[in-house]
Amino acid sequence: MTGPIIDTNISLSRWPTRRLPLDETAKLVEKLLSRGVVEAWAGSFDSLLHKDIAAVNAALAEECAAHTALRLVPFGAINPALPDWEEDVRRCAEVHKMPGIRLYPNYHNYELTAPGFAGVLKAAAERKLIVQLTVLMEDERMMHPRLRVPNVNIKPLVEIVKQTPGLKLVLLNALKTAKGEDLATLTQAGDVSVEIAMLEGVNGVETVLKSVPIERVLFGSHSPFFYFEAAELKLRESPLAQPQVRAIAEENARRLLPKV
Amino acid sequence: MDIWDLHSHLSGVPGRTPEERMAKLLEAADRVGVTKLCVYMGMSWSNDPSPEELRKQNDDVLQALQHWSDRCFGFVYLNPKHVDASLAELERCVAKGPMVGVKLWVAEHCNQSSLDAIVQRATELQAVIFQHTWIKITGNLPGESTPMDLAELAARHPDARLICGHTGGDWEQGIRAIRKSANVCVDLGGGDPTSGFTEMALRELGPERIIYGSDVGGRSYASQLGKVFGTEMANDARRLILAGNLKRLLGPILKSKGIAV
Repeated sequence: MTGPIIDTNISLSRWPTRRLPLDETAKLVEKLLSRGVVEAWAGSFDSLLHKDIAAVNAALAEECAAHTALRLVPFGAINPALPDWEEDVRRCAEVHKMPGIRLYPNYHNYELTAPGFAGVLKAAAERKLIVQLTVLMEDERMMHPRLRVPNVNIKPLVEIVKQTPGLKLVLLNALKTAKGEDLATLTQAGDVSVEIAMLEGVNGVETVLKSVPIERVLFGSHSPFFYFEAAELKLRESPLAQPQVRAIAEENARRLLPKV
Repeated sequence: MDIWDLHSHLSGVPGRTPEERMAKLLEAADRVGVTKLCVYMGMSWSNDPSPEELRKQNDDVLQALQHWSDRCFGFVYLNPKHVDASLAELERCVAKGPMVGVKLWVAEHCNQSSLDAIVQRATELQAVIFQHTWIKITGNLPGESTPMDLAELAARHPDARLICGHTGGDWEQGIRAIRKSANVCVDLGGGDPTSGFTEMALRELGPERIIYGSDVGGRSYASQLGKVFGTEMANDARRLILAGNLKRLLGPILKSKGIAV
């Protein structure tokens, strides 16, 4: 039995190049509830391409609040390439009462070496906001020809994390590219967690636990872009003890974000 | 619900021998309810294998099959650039051996005439033919087939039992490309579990032309099963996709080898 699940990686609204079967919030909520999800951390697909990120974040907060059957936790997007991104951080924290923010460096067209990126991490840490960094959204080989973005190069993260005390960082969709020793080094650099949505390979969770302490592995589905069951079944495929399943499914996320 | 996996490999899984790797694959299969595996290609891969490499890779699979002949079915790996050697491997592994299908990968585009003798003989043997396909915006390998290539091959061989590997990766194009090729089924495996994939395949092809496959060990069973269990459909359709269609395709050759399903 998986038990209650906190899904740390969902998105609301519309994927830019395709209608998804569950891209209406009510349908997605119904699906997540049916699979035992008790809380879901939500970004917005609109964050990828919209420049008026403040409006996207406000709409995200409103949409999450409008669906009370499931605890939808909004994670507003911050784009440090936009002027006055600091105000967006302030609104996420103070106006929308969000517990975290979500970054999309590839869609927002900056490298992690850009000064603004370290600035966002510092501002988030000061406000005790969780930072979710999205490494990719879809397979690079399948992108729309006019909408091709590279995977985020996360190599600079180790040093930046070390230089940002108090940072709580969650890497989304990272496990397709981050593996082995590099992943171990990164998760040892600070309070860095990963989720399993893009984890692949037979017994994938068992494999990732050889590089990452179990406390740093979270459940994430990347729904509704991915089928929710793809992530759920990964907890069955690997030979995990029940306490390990519970840690990944719920407890580790709860440590990062205690229930209000 | 019975689950047959169309698409598995001995790579990407720990183990010093084919038997050890097969055991690992089956342990994980048991945990997610997969009952049978089709397995092809050996311990170390080659994009354009020589006749000697083909033989070695097929020997690896034969070695793995010896221990799990009740649960695993082998497909012989062939290279259309070496037609005579491929036909010899087809005779050794399928006509006179335990294998029941053919695997074609990325050595040569599958619309080339060099495939005709291989497909013709495989069809005589009632073997299933799995052709890897992909449409990559990042660029295909020089010999990497697309679903459009496969549609050309299918038109020349209407009696062949053809499977479009990965549904072309870019499934929104792949499904369209083979839609009119009635003798082509699609493999759900080996790509991200992107929602909408199975729904489009059901809408455009119907449940009889969709087959669950995983592409383990590089992929997980879980991510690929998610494409089937995450899609709303009738239970009859789900049964076809998870096992029924593969049983139908493999039925004649399994029967000819005395294997009950």
